[in-house]
Formats: sequence, C-alpha cells, structure tokens
Amino acid sequence: MAMTTTAQTAAKNPRATLQDWLPKLVLAPSFALILLFVYGFILFTAVLSFTGSKLLPDFSAWVGFNNYVRLFNHPNWITSLKNLAIFSFLYIVICSVLGLGLAILLDQKIRGEGVLRPIYLYPMALSFIVTGVAWKWFLDPGIGLEHVMHLWGWESFSFRWIKDGKMAIYTIVIAAIWQSSGFVMAMFLAGLRGVDNEVIKAAQIDGASTITIYRRIIIPLMRPVFLSAFVVLAHLAIKSYDLVVAMTDGGPGTATWTPALFMQKFTFGRNEMGMGASSAIIMMIMIFSIIVPYLYSELGGGKKQ
Amino acid sequence: MSVPSQDNAARTGIFARAIIYSALILFAIYYLLPLYVMLVNSLKPLDEIRQGNMLSLPQQWTFEPWRSAWSTAQIGVSPTGLKPYFLNSIMMVAPAVALSTILGALNGYVLTKWRFKGDNLVFGLMLLACFIPFQIVLIPSARILGILGLAGSIPGLILIHMVYGLGFTTLFFRNYYEAFPTELIRAAQIDGASFFQIFRRILLPSSGPIIVVTVIWQFTNIWNDFLFGSSFSSVDSIPITVALNNLVNSSTGVKEYNVHFAGAILAALPTLIVYIVSGRYFVRGLMAGAVKG
Repeated sequence: MAMTTTAQTAAKNPRATLQDWLPKLVLAPSFALILLFVYGFILFTAVLSFTGSKLLPDFSAWVGFNNYVRLFNHPNWITSLKNLAIFSFLYIVICSVLGLGLAILLDQKIRGEGVLRPIYLYPMALSFIVTGVAWKWFLDPGIGLEHVMHLWGWESFSFRWIKDGKMAIYTIVIAAIWQSSGFVMAMFLAGLRGVDNEVIKAAQIDGASTITIYRRIIIPLMRPVFLSAFVVLAHLAIKSYDLVVAMTDGGPGTATWTPALFMQKFTFGRNEMGMGASSAIIMMIMIFSIIVPYLYSELGGGKKQ
Repeated sequence: MSVPSQDNAARTGIFARAIIYSALILFAIYYLLPLYVMLVNSLKPLDEIRQGNMLSLPQQWTFEPWRSAWSTAQIGVSPTGLKPYFLNSIMMVAPAVALSTILGALNGYVLTKWRFKGDNLVFGLMLLACFIPFQIVLIPSARILGILGLAGSIPGLILIHMVYGLGFTTLFFRNYYEAFPTELIRAAQIDGASFFQIFRRILLPSSGPIIVVTVIWQFTNIWNDFLFGSSFSSVDSIPITVALNNLVNSSTGVKEYNVHFAGAILAALPTLIVYIVSGRYFVRGLMAGAVKG
C-alpha cells in the first residue's frame, strides 16, 4: 500500500502524458483477457444454463430453471455429489492429518531430512494422469497388490475395490492422498518453522511435556495453515477430474462420477449442453463459496503482516 | 523450530527416535512405491508382469517397452508412440509459459509500483480467476477458438493456457515486487527514467528467483494439464497427457502394462527433472500459490 503517491509523482513529470497512461495500457490487455475469458465466459455459461441447448448453444430455447431441476433429479448428478462429499471429506481430513504428522516428525532434528522431504513431495510434480496410471495398475486385482499378496502366499487376500462400484471411489481417494499429502506436509513444516521459540522455551521451563506443548501450543498456532490447506484441498477436490478419468473413467458404471466428470460427459458426450452448463455453475458456486471469503479475509486483512 | 528435540532429546530416548525414524522411512517407501512399480515393470517383458510379482526386479531386462512407448505404440488410430505428442506438448508449453510469465511480470510491476484507483479490484478479479473450475469456461472457450480459427490447434491451446495462467503469474510477481523498495523507483523516476527503463534496469535484474518460481509453476501446470488438452486438441495437436491416457485406456488389443508404465514415466520425466533440479523453487511456487496476500 506504500505506493499511492507514485501516481502523483508521475503526474508532475513534464513528459508525463504517455508515461501516465503507460502502466494502465500495459495492464489493459491482460485485464481485458481475464474479463472476457473468465467473467464473460462465466456469464455465457450462466445464461446457457437457462436454455435447452443440446449439441450447440441455442439461446432461443429458454427453459428457466428447468436444467437445475432436472440436474438435481438426475441419479448421476446425485451420485456425483455423494462421491464429491466422500472424496473431499476423506481427502481433506487425511491429507491434513498425514501432512501435519509428517511435518511434526520431520521437525524433530531428523538426520536426512534433506533426502526425505523431496521424496514426500515429488508426487506433486506429476500429472494426475501419470498418478492415475500408476495406481490403476497397482490396485488392479489381476497384476497389482492382490496378485502380489497371492504370490507371497497370502492366498485369501482380496483387494478389488477398483472393480467394485461401492468401493471404487476410495481407490481414487488413496491415489489423490498420495499425490497431495506431501504438499500439505510442506505447508505445515513451513508453519512449524515459523513458531516463536520463546513461547516454547517458556512452556518447557514450566515443565510441559513434548506432547502437551504440541497439543496446547503448537498445533493451535497452526490454524492459518489448516485454513490454507483446507482451501487448497477443497478447491482441488471440487475440480477433481483427470485422476478419475485416468483411474476409472467414472466406472464401474457411474460409480465414480464426480461433478467435473458429469459436466464433461453431459456436455460433450450426451449433447446436453444446457444441463452441462448448469452443473458447471453449481461447481463454481461451491468453489467460490470457499474461495471468496478466504481471499477477502487474506486481502482485506492483508496488513496483519 | 524443532523445539522439543534439543532439550528433550535425551528424555525422548533412543526408543522414541527409532519409532520416528521407522515411521518416516515407512512413509518414504509409500511415496516411492508407485514410482518403483512403474520403473521396474517398464523394464520387464509382458509375460513377466502377468505371471510374476509386480514388486520384484526384472528377471529379464528389456528396453523394448520404452522404445515402443516412445515410437511405435498404437495411440488412437496410428502406431506413432508418444513422441509426436511429446513434441506437441513442448511446442505448446514453451510459448504459453513465456507469454504468461512476461505479462505476469509487467502486471505485477504495474499493480505494485504504479498503483491507481481500483487497482485492488483489478487484482482481486485476476486472483479469483485462478480458482474457477475450468468446466465453466469450456463451452465458450471452444466457441471463441472456433471464431478465431484456432480450434484444435496448438496456438489455440497456447492462448488458453496463457490466459488462464495470468492470474497466478500476476499474483507471484505482485507479491514479490510488493517487497521491493519503492524509494529506488521514485528516485529513478526523478532522474527521468521511463516506465520500461525502470522495469528493465531496476526490477528485472533482481527478479531472478521469482522468474524461476513462475516458470516452474507454469511449466508444471501446463505440461500436466489434461482438461484443456482433451477438450481443445485435434489429431495433430494432442498433448502428452491426453496421448498417455489414450494409450492406457484404449479398449482394443492386449493391455501392454510395461508400455503403459514406460509411457507414464516418459510423460512425467520433464516435470520430474525440473523438480529434481530445482525443487526449492518448485516448493516456493506451491507455497506462494497456496498462501496468498
């Protein structure tokens, strides 16, 4: 916020007319692109969601809220929402717990931290498609884990979740946690390293045990990290698409559909563009209801160092 | 801070440390396992995967799956391997990363050093654009690419990736330049330096780290993208992630797991190398993307 005076300084500059406009001219193309490609397109999709468009956008076929009514009466959308609920709950909770746990363990003056940390984090550099391929075959009963256990002599071992409509969504949770938990660990580790040593020394002098120090002092101090992790993971969960496509493509049947998959299949597979648009609008409302308050507090209260 | 360790090290005892180390190593194995599985099985003949143990080393080493994944495997209708798609990705990623980084740097410069009325609103709108579910722009994007004559082409994909990367690149540079001493810029202004001179001579020379962070972030995201690639590409502009998915999930023929694994590693290699070479910057980008303000 320190720079409010720059504009006035510039205005006093004698050869300033063009210089005055230059910053805005430089920013303008980017801003115009964002306005059109983001906000204009959101508006386009919003309007589209009130039309009966099938294969192509058709703005003459106005149907009001009909698409939304059909959407929430459609079993595939209900399945998608249920899957999203299961997926995001487990994904967020387990990633946070695992991330915090690993960060605390790594923060115990561990020899070889420099080796371990990159190992926990590298999955984040991979494409969800690559992750999906790896886990799809690793969890495949024919060649993967189950087969391995049988070869090791555990004949009765059975792990066929990926082929089982009731359990398949959990295999996607497993792969997604593998991909993201290291990242959450890095966030918590940065948080832990930022804790003021004095506070903890004081607690130690008072005779508090290590566990008490963590439970009563350090973990409560991690609140902002929990919040950031929640926001990042929640928005990744709502967007989850690639991983599902690579692992199950929504199957078996429609068992692992998510809202993003629903949108894609209805818009481009079943030529139900109106309904596809309405499902995208619901996704956006879900994400914005998490992101907007977060950004508002981060930017609005941004002066809190 | 690693507080309890220092003074408590003696109290914690060897037993506790053993447990901590075992847990950490166990997790390292968990994270490495899929990569290990991909690697060893990409070096086995197919029979050995079907009959043998997925976790054991190859009895008969072969590079054939790699050769096949790179240049002869059937993808879609043609037996080209992943090579042409790998090249598509490179031709798509390089300009998209360069353009979005340059624009992001200029935007960050304007938004911090040439503030104007409503600049926070502009930034807020650009920032929010980072988080939209891309499903919401798919239909109109397809239309506009069609109108511009870029449908199904690499330039079309470059445009899309550049635009939807602007939010993050602007965020990165804005946060970085925010901390840059404004006095220097004011002094240069009084000396008569122009808008671009200040940027080139004062800000740019000290922007090294943030440029690296931004380029890595953009490179990783665009290389790994699947949604735009699968929505807006045609036969000769398909990027690597989409080709890999076609390779693995094609319903015809024998499932050549070894070729799939080799292909998956090939697709992952560029971002993995970037991560290994400059992990520090990679992590910094992730953090900057996660913790705003």
